[in-house]
Amino acid sequence: MLSYILRRVAIAIPTLLLLIIISFLLMHAAPGGPFTSERPLPPAVLANIEAKYGLNSPIYVQIINYIGGIITEFDFGPSFKYKDRSVNDIIAHGFPVTLTYGFLSFAVAVIVGGALGIAAALKQNSWLDYFAVGVSIGAQVLPNFVMAPILVLVFTLWLGWLPGGGWNDGQWNHLILPVIALSTSYMASVARLTRSSMLEVLHTNFIRTAMAKGLPYKVIIFKHALKPALLPVMSYLGPAFVSMITGSVIIDMYFSTGGIGQFYVNSALNRDYAVMMGITILIGGLTILFNLIVDILYAWVDPKIRY
Amino acid sequence: MKFSKSSLLASVVGTALLSTSAFAAGVHPETGEKLADDQTFTYRILDEHSSFDPQVNEDVSGSDIARNLFEGLYSQDNLGNLVPGVALSHTVSDDNLTYTFKLRDNAKWSDGKPVTAGDFVYAWRRLASPELASPYQWYAELMSVENADAVIKGDMKPEELGIKAIDDHTLEVKLTQPLPYFTAMTTHSSTFPSPKWAIEAHGAAWTKPENIVSNGAYKLVKHVPQETAVMERNTNYWDNESTIIDKVETLVINDENIALTRYLAGEMDRTETPTGQFPRLQKEYPDQAVVFPRLCSYYYTFNQSASGPEEFKDVRVRKALSYALDRRVITDAVIQEGQFPAYTFTPAVTAGFEVPDIEFASWSQAERDAKAKELLAAAGFGKDNPLEFDLVYNTSEGHKKIAIAMTQMWKQKLGVKVNMNNMEWKTFLNERKNGNFELARGAWCGDYNEASTFLDLMDSESGYNDGKFNSAEVDQLLHDAKSMTNPQANYTRVEEIMADEMPVIPIYHYTEAYMMNAQLKNWPIKNAEQNWYAKNLYKVAK
Repeated sequence: MLSYILRRVAIAIPTLLLLIIISFLLMHAAPGGPFTSERPLPPAVLANIEAKYGLNSPIYVQIINYIGGIITEFDFGPSFKYKDRSVNDIIAHGFPVTLTYGFLSFAVAVIVGGALGIAAALKQNSWLDYFAVGVSIGAQVLPNFVMAPILVLVFTLWLGWLPGGGWNDGQWNHLILPVIALSTSYMASVARLTRSSMLEVLHTNFIRTAMAKGLPYKVIIFKHALKPALLPVMSYLGPAFVSMITGSVIIDMYFSTGGIGQFYVNSALNRDYAVMMGITILIGGLTILFNLIVDILYAWVDPKIRY
Repeated sequence: MKFSKSSLLASVVGTALLSTSAFAAGVHPETGEKLADDQTFTYRILDEHSSFDPQVNEDVSGSDIARNLFEGLYSQDNLGNLVPGVALSHTVSDDNLTYTFKLRDNAKWSDGKPVTAGDFVYAWRRLASPELASPYQWYAELMSVENADAVIKGDMKPEELGIKAIDDHTLEVKLTQPLPYFTAMTTHSSTFPSPKWAIEAHGAAWTKPENIVSNGAYKLVKHVPQETAVMERNTNYWDNESTIIDKVETLVINDENIALTRYLAGEMDRTETPTGQFPRLQKEYPDQAVVFPRLCSYYYTFNQSASGPEEFKDVRVRKALSYALDRRVITDAVIQEGQFPAYTFTPAVTAGFEVPDIEFASWSQAERDAKAKELLAAAGFGKDNPLEFDLVYNTSEGHKKIAIAMTQMWKQKLGVKVNMNNMEWKTFLNERKNGNFELARGAWCGDYNEASTFLDLMDSESGYNDGKFNSAEVDQLLHDAKSMTNPQANYTRVEEIMADEMPVIPIYHYTEAYMMNAQLKNWPIKNAEQNWYAKNLYKVAK
């Protein structure tokens, strides 16, 4: 197991490096640059700015300097657009915000979705099943960019109960709408996946054997059925967790949370190379990490899997 | 410029009155209106501003903030006229090249230190220095400050820039050429003073709320990037006594529809109205929907450079396309925010600018259409040989609607075939700058309130002349205008040449449409530059 983890980590390093180089080249290939503006800068001014940010050296030197800065000083460079701040500042501020509402949404999606799915499977073809399936299909067809405006219309404009945006240091009433908007479609997927895999497990021979043995129902469900039923759900949750905690652009834009999703999109539009790179590396690194965690969890859940 | 003794006296007396009982009763000292208890002004900004540093900032929302946090030599009143800021008055040498500003002695920074001429010298040197590499470095050159050019290029030290402190309250600026609107340019945020001691102590982090020192009516108390910036009264500000708004808050909201929803939920006092929604909002909220002219032009530019199409080198084609556009349809039916149809490049609201009599502006649309058909036929285009070209604009719903209306008019009236393209903003700028277009959208907002900020785009040497229009006469007229006391005749002539040559198709002059809390008073709707100062606003009780 340990050697497996080490092997995976060893592969992660060249993967990240490749990600950095490809993103860097693609980004610089996009037309225009961070200082392209409606009022084109006089050549002398542009030269000063490019010198300040090291954009005047050949691209391979820029890549080497960039990677060197990360390795030696953990410095992801300055933002070209938000000149008072560095990329480290931006991520240090934005990531906790995204992490907070992402983690809460994840918890809601797993707990509510999982419970709905299990309940539906256990009482297949009952009103509870139809209700759970109905809710999850309803939630699935309401992606966050549809949910967000509906929620704001109802809870902010009509009822006046909750603020329509802003973060306010993560005060609870500012969290509710973003969390609901982000979690619903994930919740629906979790519910449907859990339901179908639970149904499949319930019809397997080892559960039938357990039933025949006369084991208590609770033990059959929680000890024997749940773990294998969660396998397909888990492989879905790994990437879902990463995409939730690294920020939904829609949620950030709609609720002005100040999370990194907003910075990510704006940095691409502004050609703010360093910010874009920093967040790409963060998302890439987290994706690699959580894929690894999911694989390890697999081995724990499913005794058939050995590394 | 001199400020008359009586107006100075009036403002001194006014200040004295304000500091007495009027405020305690919650009544506006001049109008007698009952003031609201909560004097917080909250407004939406489209995108996070680039910096709080006045010399580094490069966007409009950042300048708005800078005008509240800092105070320059001169400020503007509600009509856009200059009023004393840190400078009380100034004198100009006979050759119009040396300006001597007299600074007030009661101006203070938020940490209590006096504001001196040296703070301006430091700021202006900083603005021009290659070391800071400000994207607004060129502004020092635009102001014609002596040696700005060489300092920016690194050939001279920032200390050699033509600005010096004679004493703590006397500032001298030397120019390379006479510039009649030089003092008007000192209202721009990049010329505001900056606190050397704070910048040296904290570096780029000096603008963080815990480090910042500012000399305006407000100081920064909180900043959450991409969410909000909160400013509260600077009690050391010299005119704090007559300031009414206690707190200014910005909310960053990228989408205008979301901003409108949050405005309607009562979260803020001002937001822009989404495209096409103004008529409805005006009907539903007549006391809140406001619209006023802006100092901006919307136009399309022909590529007349070597890379441009042959067809556009024929003035008859350019004129036909311009004449056939019914600007009224675009302003009244497509955008519907009271924009002004444009036949000149310079907006009518520009200070000191008289709109010249342009011939085709006085014709009816039917006359223009007939002329357009005639010109296009004379240029050899017709049913059998239709004119065809590419049109490009930057991606936006609003620009798309306008482009569709334009192409339809051309198609129906002239049988012209237009291929529409849209591009993401930076790509668009890059392609336009490099001349990879045939007909491209353009928009320009004045950097200062004087016609040359628009007409200089037609200078063959201008970096903004993307269509590469080249007229020796225009270049000469614009050059001469720089040193004239009244350059109107030159501006009239340039506009006439533009109507004859049609290097660009002027479409409309902008308006700004806001939803504004009816309790908020004194918004400078007549200031075409929209340079607003929160210290002049106030909120009345419901």
